[in-house]
Amino acid sequence: MIYIFDGTLEGLLTAVFEWFERKPGVATLKSKGTHQPDAFMPSFEVQSDREKADRVWRGLAQKLDRAWMRRAYCAYLSELPQIHHDLFQFIIYIFQNPHGAAQNYGHPQVLSITQTARKVEREKHRMEAFIRFQKTADGIFYCGIDPDFNVIPLLVNHFKNRYADQQWIIYDLKRHYGLFYDLQTVEEIEMGTDISLLKKTSQNLLDEKENLYADLWKNYFKSTNIVARKNTKLHTQHVPKRYWKYLTEKL
Amino acid sequence: MSERLIQKLNILADAAKYDVSCSSSGSDRKNTNKGLGNGHQSGICHTYTEDGRCVSLLKILLTNHCIFDCAYCVSRRSNDIERAAFTVDEVVELTMNFYRRNYIEGLFLSSGIFKSADFTMERLLRAVKKLRLEENYNGYIHLKTIPGASDELITEAGLYVDRMSINLEMPTEAGLKLLAPEKSHQDVIKPLGFVKNQIVQFKEEKKLIKSVPKFVPAGQSTQMVVGATPETDKDIMYTAASFYKSFSLKRVYYSGYIPISNDSRMPILGTQPPLLRENRLYQTDWLMRFYGFDVKELLNDNNPHLDTDIDPKLSWALRNMHLFPIDINTADYQLILRIPGIGIGSAQKIIQARKFGKLYVHQLKKIGIAYNRAKHFITCADTPFQLKDFQSHQIKGFILAESQSKYLKTPHEQLLLF
Ligand code: SF4
Repeated sequence: MIYIFDGTLEGLLTAVFEWFERKPGVATLKSKGTHQPDAFMPSFEVQSDREKADRVWRGLAQKLDRAWMRRAYCAYLSELPQIHHDLFQFIIYIFQNPHGAAQNYGHPQVLSITQTARKVEREKHRMEAFIRFQKTADGIFYCGIDPDFNVIPLLVNHFKNRYADQQWIIYDLKRHYGLFYDLQTVEEIEMGTDISLLKKTSQNLLDEKENLYADLWKNYFKSTNIVARKNTKLHTQHVPKRYWKYLTEKL
Repeated sequence: MSERLIQKLNILADAAKYDVSCSSSGSDRKNTNKGLGNGHQSGICHTYTEDGRCVSLLKILLTNHCIFDCAYCVSRRSNDIERAAFTVDEVVELTMNFYRRNYIEGLFLSSGIFKSADFTMERLLRAVKKLRLEENYNGYIHLKTIPGASDELITEAGLYVDRMSINLEMPTEAGLKLLAPEKSHQDVIKPLGFVKNQIVQFKEEKKLIKSVPKFVPAGQSTQMVVGATPETDKDIMYTAASFYKSFSLKRVYYSGYIPISNDSRMPILGTQPPLLRENRLYQTDWLMRFYGFDVKELLNDNNPHLDTDIDPKLSWALRNMHLFPIDINTADYQLILRIPGIGIGSAQKIIQARKFGKLYVHQLKKIGIAYNRAKHFITCADTPFQLKDFQSHQIKGFILAESQSKYLKTPHEQLLLF
């Protein structure tokens, strides 16, 4: 049996609900985007339903602690092809077993969710470290990113708490949406502008002192290095090359 | 104007970089007044230098002018170098603007001593206060206190900073006297002790009265330079152990000496900094702090130096073969921690997992222990029967043969600690 859903978390949770309604035996969950119709396999199309999804999520929260709820959410944000199905199976497994089932690291989906969530958390942490804001002429601190995983939702609290007295935008150039903090709240935004414009902020849009501070930072980075200790291997281990494009000090 | 600022930053960052601490952890300062910044319990490294060290803080000196002449220091009076000094406003401007762009977690401020200890300390305090009180800055601040500064200034600074440090510099008094005749360990012991007592006192008061402010919430640290003078590893670690104990230090840092002059009392220019030794000292430090080892077990009159070819935990085990093999399924947590190839995480998992049944080799591997190393020291449910007892030098040979290739390729890498 193949369950087809719309790719949203709401849809995924609804799929779990429907599965328990129907108990069709072993089912594979696929999103509309990746599903190729197969004449020999019966399929069922899941209609996303807010209420059903909420019930599943609340039920899950009864059985899992907060750390595990977060793991499940992080795994979903990875957007990895296999993860929809794994998460679907994982949630069913949790509902079908007594408390504590999530500690069973021998279970394939438990392991998959754990490992995927760890990867997502690591990228979230890297974004907190490697994001470099540029101050624009209208006083907003801006940074464009293109993370492997959809980590934007995980960044809200950290940046909101820390940068409470400045307006900022963090924009996912790959997924074309971002966060805007207006000194009061953080909102999700979609900018109409051409993506190429967002990738490289043009000089005349920047605050007049932006280049000075970027230069100062680059100089600082050079001065704080100790040549006699050079160890490039260790360096790239900590800052993988694919993140260098974010770093002002590496430009 | 901006040219000069860049120049100053180059000089004063360059002079500050020999302080290896860049930790931004241990502070949970909140951004309560809707200002800028907050503490992050485990700290964040925002970038890494090309030598692989974490860059978390803007580490600068207020000035590199100094009335002292410590032979191991680039800022010493007799050194013919360019001097510079930031104004208080410049320090504040740099910190705020770097922080706003998410370049840094905070500021590490220290200074050469100009005019007098108090004069310098007072200036540092002004920068810190301006950040906290006028700019509403709640990011991390590490302040290196000036030896000889008055208790009043130190106490006041403690109300605004997250961490304080003051460096021992040389591991022994004799070493210090050799290179910095004007200084003494006593100059360090006094403020460390004073701040420690203040921390305790503020904590006590805070229990009674909630509004008592935080005092140096991320604690104190110190640094020793290694390899400038001929101390043994034992000297170094005994000093470290006694300072951890007497002053409840959060960290002791070991900084391999990087030759900066041709002073005949120290290694000459061009000598490689002792990075491997530095690494072994850090491993020993971890074993003391997290693995329940007493420093005397790791270093003593028979073994005054750490082995270079193997890590200190393995050398300890090889010297104490009579304690092994240890039974994974019955031994105490404390003993399991002492097995080479098993770290804290794996030791905890073993204790958890064995509640569900006896552990087998394949499970131990899955849990993530370094089995090829540990196998010489353990028994578990299906340990193969062994005909002969290997001697410690043979075991060392096996382990080295296996790790050799990896080891040679990256001699300076931070080796994993097991
Ligand atoms: S007092 Fe400090 S800054 Fe001055 S020479 Fe000695 S170590 Fe260097």
